Amino acid sequence: MSTRLKSGGRRIDRSRPVTFSFDGARLRGYRGDTLASALLANDRMLVGRSFKYHRPRGIVASGSEEPNALVGLEEGDLFEPNQRATTTELYDGLTARSQNRWPSLSMDFGAVTSRLSRVLPAGFYYKTFLRPRSFWKHVYEPLIRRSAGLGYAPNPEARDPDRYEHFYLHVDVLIVGGGIAGIQSALAAGRAGARVLLIEQSAHWGGRSPADHSGGKQSVNNIPVDKYVDECLAELGTMPHVQCRTRTMGAGVYDHGYVLAYERVGDHLPGEGALRHRLWKIRTGRIITATGAIERPIAFPGNDLPGVMLASAARDYLIDFGVSMGKHPLVLANNDSAYETAFLLQDQGVDVAAIVDARTGDAGGVAQEAVERGLRVIRGGGVSSVKGRRRVEGVTICDQRGAGTALEEISCDAIAMSGGWSPAVHLWSHSGGKLTWDARQFCFRPDVDNSARGADGAPYVIAAGAASGEMTLAAAVKDGHAAGLRAAAELGYNGAAQSEPVATRVEEAAIEPVWIMPSQAPVTLREKAFLDFQNDVKVSDVELAAREGFESVEHAKRYTTLGMATDQGKLSNINGIAILSDALGRPIPQTGTTTFRPPYTPISFGSIAGSQTGPRFLPIRRTPIQDWHEEQGAYFEPVGHWRRPYCYPRGDESHSDAVAREILQTRNHVGLLDASTLGKIVVKGPDAGRLLDMLYTGRMSTLKPGRCRYGLMCSENGFLMDDGVVARLDEETFLCHTTTGGADHIHAHMEDWLQTEWWDWKVYTANLTEQFAQIAVVGPKSREVLERLGGMNLGRDALPFMGWCEGMLAGISARIFRISFSGELSYEIAVAADQGIELWEKFLAAGQDFGISPYGTEALHVMRAEKGFIMIGDETDGTVIPQDLGLDWAIAKGKDDYIGKRAQMRSHMIDPDRWKLVGLETVDGSVLPEGAYAVASGKTSIGQRATQGRVTSSYHSPTLGRGIAMGLVLRGPERMGDELEFPGTDGQVYKARLVSPVFYNPEGTKQDA
Amino acid sequence: MKRYSAFAIVREAARHHLGWQRAWTSPEPRASYDVVIVGAGGHGLATAYYLGKNFGITNVAILEKGWLGGGNTGRNTTIIRSNYLQDPSAAIYEKARSLYETLSQDLNYNVMFSPRGVMMLAQTHHEVRGYERTAHANALQGVETEFISPSRVKELVPIIRLDGPRYPVLGALWQPRGGTARHDAVAWGYARACSDMGMHIIQQCEVTGIRSEAGRVSGVETSKGAIGCNRLGLVASGHSGVLAEMAGFRLPLESVALQALVSEPIKPIMDVVVMANTVHGYMSQSDKGEMVIGGGADGFNNYTQRGSFHHIEETVRALVETFPMLSRLKMLRQWGGIVDMTGDRSPILSKTPLDGCFVNCGWGTGGFKAIPGSGWGMAELMAKGHSPLTEAFSLARFREGRFVDESVAAGVAH
Repeated sequence: MSTRLKSGGRRIDRSRPVTFSFDGARLRGYRGDTLASALLANDRMLVGRSFKYHRPRGIVASGSEEPNALVGLEEGDLFEPNQRATTTELYDGLTARSQNRWPSLSMDFGAVTSRLSRVLPAGFYYKTFLRPRSFWKHVYEPLIRRSAGLGYAPNPEARDPDRYEHFYLHVDVLIVGGGIAGIQSALAAGRAGARVLLIEQSAHWGGRSPADHSGGKQSVNNIPVDKYVDECLAELGTMPHVQCRTRTMGAGVYDHGYVLAYERVGDHLPGEGALRHRLWKIRTGRIITATGAIERPIAFPGNDLPGVMLASAARDYLIDFGVSMGKHPLVLANNDSAYETAFLLQDQGVDVAAIVDARTGDAGGVAQEAVERGLRVIRGGGVSSVKGRRRVEGVTICDQRGAGTALEEISCDAIAMSGGWSPAVHLWSHSGGKLTWDARQFCFRPDVDNSARGADGAPYVIAAGAASGEMTLAAAVKDGHAAGLRAAAELGYNGAAQSEPVATRVEEAAIEPVWIMPSQAPVTLREKAFLDFQNDVKVSDVELAAREGFESVEHAKRYTTLGMATDQGKLSNINGIAILSDALGRPIPQTGTTTFRPPYTPISFGSIAGSQTGPRFLPIRRTPIQDWHEEQGAYFEPVGHWRRPYCYPRGDESHSDAVAREILQTRNHVGLLDASTLGKIVVKGPDAGRLLDMLYTGRMSTLKPGRCRYGLMCSENGFLMDDGVVARLDEETFLCHTTTGGADHIHAHMEDWLQTEWWDWKVYTANLTEQFAQIAVVGPKSREVLERLGGMNLGRDALPFMGWCEGMLAGISARIFRISFSGELSYEIAVAADQGIELWEKFLAAGQDFGISPYGTEALHVMRAEKGFIMIGDETDGTVIPQDLGLDWAIAKGKDDYIGKRAQMRSHMIDPDRWKLVGLETVDGSVLPEGAYAVASGKTSIGQRATQGRVTSSYHSPTLGRGIAMGLVLRGPERMGDELEFPGTDGQVYKARLVSPVFYNPEGTKQDA
Repeated sequence: MKRYSAFAIVREAARHHLGWQRAWTSPEPRASYDVVIVGAGGHGLATAYYLGKNFGITNVAILEKGWLGGGNTGRNTTIIRSNYLQDPSAAIYEKARSLYETLSQDLNYNVMFSPRGVMMLAQTHHEVRGYERTAHANALQGVETEFISPSRVKELVPIIRLDGPRYPVLGALWQPRGGTARHDAVAWGYARACSDMGMHIIQQCEVTGIRSEAGRVSGVETSKGAIGCNRLGLVASGHSGVLAEMAGFRLPLESVALQALVSEPIKPIMDVVVMANTVHGYMSQSDKGEMVIGGGADGFNNYTQRGSFHHIEETVRALVETFPMLSRLKMLRQWGGIVDMTGDRSPILSKTPLDGCFVNCGWGTGGFKAIPGSGWGMAELMAKGHSPLTEAFSLARFREGRFVDESVAAGVAH
């Protein structure tokens, strides 16, 4: 049983006990514990169930590579599934639940799948559940889905109360990993003068050094390694250009030195509304990945029972938390490093059952020491079975070179295993760094000559220390130092000469690879040797994949799900690759690795969203008159990033009644529209007219100052993309009105052409949309309302239709355009944004006796449709050219060129069989369904019902008291009076006649009044 | 070929699964074939499969420079739907969707097509009108869709927030027979079936040149030597432009990285596929429990197949707003795939200026869902010289201006 020892534990504060609960049981730990160390201290060996077979699983690791110890943390709004116990710092009141079991962890009905595992090998689901066909949706898949997932989902109504934020930083050198190599790099780069950020994913500096390297007894510059770490941090603390952050993980490396880091600010200090995670977005000149190495498990039969743990993790629990993994642990290894675990356990008075060393080669110094310590060492040995149902009770020893014949049984309650070490090359690889196979240490390590390269062609990722394959203390310190110096020097920081740190050198005996134990294990044993603990992938599964032709490492991964669990194969990938290579009879480097993808460990969606949530998510753009609309209780609709009043209902009035009232008020008297959202782009310079002649289909260069002209803009492919009124302000200045939704992209469109094609033209553009409030005063009484405000002569001759003028209106500097989108006498008045509300209220006061009232976007839409004016986005959809809409009059004849002109000459564009704009009048006066299609007889060559047109806009017109619509119909304008049928999705067939699209005042006398 | 079944699994289990055959063989190339397909992704394999199944053409090699199914077939978010607006699109995607319905049985390989329903949220009035139009069009095209109310949306997706602070859910276009499938299995299933018909799938074989005689294709040069053919199909998505250049013509394609990501697995919480175009994000939950999330395409051309971050950020932000419970879940993995985009966002299935050489590319962000239909049409085009399914997607349309534009939702309102 695992237990807390009487002494030891450099991370914990025994004077500060902490209470927490696991599956409802109240347990105690100490401040400084992780949830995993505290569970082990309470002899909670069984902590979870695996994904596929629901096998009992215990804690395997001590860090972010942990595949098994995942828990549901906290409850309600704070609930978070799949939290790793090994990286969860314990706090008072922590509540955790085990996952993927029902009804309880110790009695899990799902474990029946383990009994059936023989018929559920890798990929079994591709070969079955085929018949009957309907069973997949209704029987098989629901069954599979029920067993999906690990943790429970949060409550659908849960609302995360915590805060998240983003942080931006530019540094010269970013060092990921606060182990001895990273610290050494930071010192070297910092001393050279570079701006440095050093980040460490855990809460502590020093990485593995204090627990490894003779149990931390080795030294650097003759200083014990843990003291050395403290001294280095103290020196870094004195450098103003160096920042050091713990609890901050390097999550991803992207192109051009862009790095994402994930700081867990508040996970260890939970409190509602606190800052929880901070996402760092870092631009750096060089990245040093000093991310250490991860110990590999050994694939032996029964290696997944609770109590089987990495030897390095056993050391961590012992040294950092004073927790022994067992009373009689057994150490199983193929390299020297695991001997440390045995020695440290022995030093703490734990009875080590034996050291089983699979190697047969020359024993090195540690083996000698073990013998001297009186420990039993079994050379060339292996484990062929593990006794126990929910925890280790003993092992059967065999010859590693054999097929598993039992040599003896040893009683033990835990197994510390080490299959060697693999550099954590994830960040090195994210942005394209290549790997090379190290045939001495049996691992992939960074190919230092093939780093990710920046835009200048220079490598920008440098691996250091164990992450670069430099596994000993002496080598790691030296490598870290060199990496820091190199990164700084490449960026021009040379500083004073620095002496190289020197660490204790210890000779190690060579590792011998053990990918399967015993090496000649028959399939019955291979079916019990696990590679991926979380996803339940066994040696036999990878071999099955190879047998069936899934030879690529990516195929084998996807077929078996090896490495696809939440740990992303940190413990399983290399072992799996080795098994696959062996099965295919090819060398490991030829198999290669799967792709390393960000993030290094999972990061919260909350942190990715950051602080831009709720009202800060796509902030709403507000016009200067928005407050007034809100006070009036307007019903809003989103238009682009604006919210425009759709209508202004009064009392219990329905939306459609409000719209009708607004239209009639405007048509008969006068109405007001907040048109501030319309795009307003100034185009200025000697070549302004030339530019606009290219952008618009019409000719703008001939427009006289003081006059306005309606213009159409097309895409390169000839399709109509925007429309609006252009006013010439002076010889060199034009003001282009765009649609509300179009303002930003039309401005970008202008700049695109100016910057890439016509960069030498003397013209610039500025988007002034938000600088002006713009109010449309519309209706037969509009002139009178304006004149009541006084200050400007707005008579028919002084300001004719399609003219504009400037002056002081009611003491406010205003520009007045006489343009109309409703067919009525109409003015649009632009004033400085901050005077918008003042003018709005003046209009309301001046027009009170006319019943003046605001109207919304729906009234705007209906009135323009009554007048047959097209609306971008209704009559156009990116496939319509101006000629389809009868807008040939707005295309200048004889103009050499404009954007879209050539495209409009293509054969399909001039085909007379195009669908063209018409008005549609239902035979019975009802309203046509929007988007309905007019059917033709028969079917098309692809078996669809033939069509001959469609409805583009459809409204009830209060002015005419009937339904009106516009549509695009095959040769429409030639077929006036024809009757078409429009099947609705409601089962009805609507009949409509083709008519002129101008339903209201076709003579145009009203707008010209 | 031994057939797959529950019985076969039990039989093999008795032998500890040592008796399974290879799913596909790995032969050395012959000197020539009737047909060579370049690209062993879903589209290439499906083309080969239907050449064999529908036209009896089995002297076929499928060449793949990497590993089969390793491009976009294995990188997409596995959504299958056919609720397209334009007639030719609806036809080919609906053909594909209907073939997916029986694909597991046709191939004797469970591709896990799961018609769990796809909904596209309408979050502006403009979008409502757009989807109502699509629903009308789909009714005439024989595609089963329906515009549904917000309350029905909530019923189908309990985790959704209807009244988001920015874009309330006003309804959705619902295709009940849309869904997802297991993307790798689609490639593997077709590969196994092709191999079973005697076709050669040749992996790790890069095409380095295209041979022609008198304006007609005669073969390809590859990293495994020259291979002759009578007809050549280029089905290499993002790299089609490179192949076209070898054949002496150009394609109107841009290749950009499309971003995707998955969450850690959780117990089932969302059965249907939800797409939210206004806020640029879509999401489904896999049978393994991961939330599978699609993002936008990078704004620059490249071939790196790597993830970038800013689109992920926008997508996740939008989805956290729409599904607030996501906030405390975690992103497990992000990746990129190279999508080949045409100007009208519709594919190219066409003859080419080189006689006997055909091209199938330009599927952009929507290729996976089309695989069976694309293969079906492409096989007919290659076998007979024309196909009603592919007619509208010819290269000539760019010259004539006869676009099949599916980006109409990008239109804007006043």
